[in-house]
Amino acid sequence: MASFNLKINGKSRSVNADEDTPLLWVLRDELNLVGTKFGCGIGQCGACTVHVDGVATRSCLLPASRLTDSEITTIEGLATKELHPVQEAWKTLDVPQCGYCQAGQIMTATSFLKQNPAPNNDEIRNAMHGNLCRCASYNRIEKAVALAAKKLS
Amino acid sequence: MENQNKTTFSRRNFIKTSALASGGILIGFNFITACKETATPPVDVANLDFKDFNAFIKIAENGYVTIFSPNPEIGQGVKTSMPMIIAEELDVPWEHVTVAQGALDNKNFTRQVAGGSQSIRFGWDALRQTGATARQMLVNAAAAKWGIDAKDCKVSNGMIDNGSGETFHYGDVVNEAALLEVPENVTLKDPKDYKIIGKDAINVDIDKIITGEPLFGLDYKEDGMLIASVLRPPAFGQKLGNFDDAKARSVSGVKDVVKFGDKIAVLATNTWAAMKGKKALEAEWMADGKMENTEDHDNELNKLLDSNKLDLRREDGDVKKAFAEADKVLTRTYESPFLPHNCMEPMNFYANVTADKIHLVGPIQTPAGTAKRIVDLIERNEEDIHLEMTRMGGGFGRRLYGDFALEAAEISNMAKKPVQVVFSREDDMAAGIYRPAIKYRISASVKDGEVTGYHLKEAAINSNMYGLIPNFFPAGAIQNYKVETGSYNSNITTGAWRAPYTNFLAFAEQSFFDELAELLEVDAVKLRLNLLKNVQHGADDRIQYSAERMTDTIKLAAEKSNWGKTKSGVYQGFAAYYSHNTHVAEVVDVVMKNGKPTVDKVTVAVDCGIVVNPTGAKNQVEGGVIDGIGHAMYGNFSFEKGKPKDTNFNTYRLIRMKETPIVETYFVDNKLSPTGLGEPGLPPAGGALANAIKAATNQRLYNQPFDNYLNPINTELKT
Ligand code: FES
Ligand code: FES
Repeated sequence: MASFNLKINGKSRSVNADEDTPLLWVLRDELNLVGTKFGCGIGQCGACTVHVDGVATRSCLLPASRLTDSEITTIEGLATKELHPVQEAWKTLDVPQCGYCQAGQIMTATSFLKQNPAPNNDEIRNAMHGNLCRCASYNRIEKAVALAAKKLS
Repeated sequence: MENQNKTTFSRRNFIKTSALASGGILIGFNFITACKETATPPVDVANLDFKDFNAFIKIAENGYVTIFSPNPEIGQGVKTSMPMIIAEELDVPWEHVTVAQGALDNKNFTRQVAGGSQSIRFGWDALRQTGATARQMLVNAAAAKWGIDAKDCKVSNGMIDNGSGETFHYGDVVNEAALLEVPENVTLKDPKDYKIIGKDAINVDIDKIITGEPLFGLDYKEDGMLIASVLRPPAFGQKLGNFDDAKARSVSGVKDVVKFGDKIAVLATNTWAAMKGKKALEAEWMADGKMENTEDHDNELNKLLDSNKLDLRREDGDVKKAFAEADKVLTRTYESPFLPHNCMEPMNFYANVTADKIHLVGPIQTPAGTAKRIVDLIERNEEDIHLEMTRMGGGFGRRLYGDFALEAAEISNMAKKPVQVVFSREDDMAAGIYRPAIKYRISASVKDGEVTGYHLKEAAINSNMYGLIPNFFPAGAIQNYKVETGSYNSNITTGAWRAPYTNFLAFAEQSFFDELAELLEVDAVKLRLNLLKNVQHGADDRIQYSAERMTDTIKLAAEKSNWGKTKSGVYQGFAAYYSHNTHVAEVVDVVMKNGKPTVDKVTVAVDCGIVVNPTGAKNQVEGGVIDGIGHAMYGNFSFEKGKPKDTNFNTYRLIRMKETPIVETYFVDNKLSPTGLGEPGLPPAGGALANAIKAATNQRLYNQPFDNYLNPINTELKT
């Protein structure tokens, strides 16, 4: 068992967890931030995507104890006073079906749009390829990323 | 099934009202009783009590409405569309409506089920009646206050008007309405006056979903709850032998290890520790029956198709004679593997079994049946159960089976602790209840340019087709027609999977018709339309598809997709299928990119009657079509010695963004009662895709997943 501090959504949080515990389970089980989802546990589905220093990262394979110097943002910390433009776009286009994958999709999209604020369609499809949606809401995800890009510019 | 403005059942049987202590009115109704065509009171009507209801409408003194939706949400949008129907008849602005998941108590959980795209179809009359009854009570209360006849009042958007310039908000009269008798014979709105139905309403849980609030089963927590990670026999046909849990118990955070049946649960304070503890278990597995390979299934199903040991499901005319007299006979065989559901949220359930109560929480499509099985298993009374349903991270049929909830209850009962069973993805994919592997052999006889006979044989693991399915198209359209089925019983468990029983059947038949059209040298759409002309309306009540509705749907798809008139370089494939009471036609456009076929677009025409919520409806269709394409292309699930070869997404492939076409959906415009949408978009997709690939490459695909069979040159779809 190790004790360490993590900076999550702008707040310092103290954590007691085994050193090898992935960030995903620290978030969900220790800090009650359950918006970050478990889908596969092996980095293949993207449901667990968070931002580590602004970059979309799979939290299911990443030991939390190594992240003491990083800024971590989860879906719960994405909106400030208002919804993030990506969340807005998701709402406008009524993207979710079951909704389970969508936090991960939104986290991937926000980080991608920071790196590429004016993507073309192929770039969007490439960027979102790593996030599975079993309900196959892919058409709307694609459109929502494009809409968010417009909102952000 | 013309949309009815009046329905026959008595409102007394299912509606009761009460004044709320806090002001306002609570209207309870028994959703399922109301949905039956012959509604019978659930209990002695005179002594009705709110416990007999499973859905509620609350109207507060400010006129705002809360609707407690009775059906669990698996992603088909009923939590939004069902309240829309109530709000429409109640005639309140949608913005004034809040929707909550109906709370369940131990008497009332028994009536909910989500599956088979039936929620809307069964709920349509009952939900409209309920909304209209509530509206009428408010009007009656207002009329009494004014001392006028209720008939002289007009209602719009939560306001009642007495015709002489005076108005009441609903909120002004709720307390009076709560004291009135429930009226009989209320009038339903004319569909042309709808203000909510037919307009886009965004998913009522949208804000929670996009901000990551707790909603799903896995998000549920209780103080003192332990996470249970369960080790199950790795292969079908194995049972537990000796095991050693010393290493598992030494993992920090692990609190207990419980053996139940052939399974071992590791209980820990957090998920990571539970999963590590499970990995640290040392177990021996012993043979307990056959451990089958995919090759064995292949052989068994082929043997069935070759045998005469099939069960007759439907026979019209004389198929033997038609084949004997034919100019030509076409015979083809189609094959598909098992498929796991792979709901994005792995199976999970919370149980806390104590001396006086059994508290259950989680994502389940069949709360009633599951609760019953739990009380049988742990020998308790149904009265002890309190079951709460959460939103579900996908269902696809998997959550109809309560195995995970039974495990949770059994473990909690043994460990005397609140427990949440959490499946890893590997657990989820290996736990069974798959869509069975199936083969079809279809033959048709052709004489003088007409299809004279049709013979379909099904061979499935643990059986597949049943009920009315052998009466789907082309039953009724071909004079000599025969369907037979055979089953090989395997210890690999199987069950319903999105669009059960037809998800692969539609591919086989719709591919076959494409080839038949080729043989007859007639356009593929034309062939379907010609065959539909043979169907005599009402001649056979086992036939539930409508030739007229199917014809209109096919024509709409052909028109919107520019069937036969596309620009050069676009290759089209067509399929149409009726399932779950909805008629669907699809055209897939394939283009060649770098000499390889790529799915570009799918045009879908749907007749599901009145479209309650267009944005939600389109979402369902888009999802169903892409799901159908994805599984036809990539769904590859096989067994070696009873063990699934793939148990996670590194090797088991699901369709991803770059492989998805754009789906364009069009609804046939009519005013017929609504039917379901969660499933019927899926079945035609595989066939339309295969037919388009044929048009583009000249390669016919008979086996799924296509990705395993496409000629090397046709590998673009592999990305
Ligand atoms: S749970 Fe992390 S990628 Fe799937
Ligand atoms: S919305 Fe269900 S998995 Fe994406």
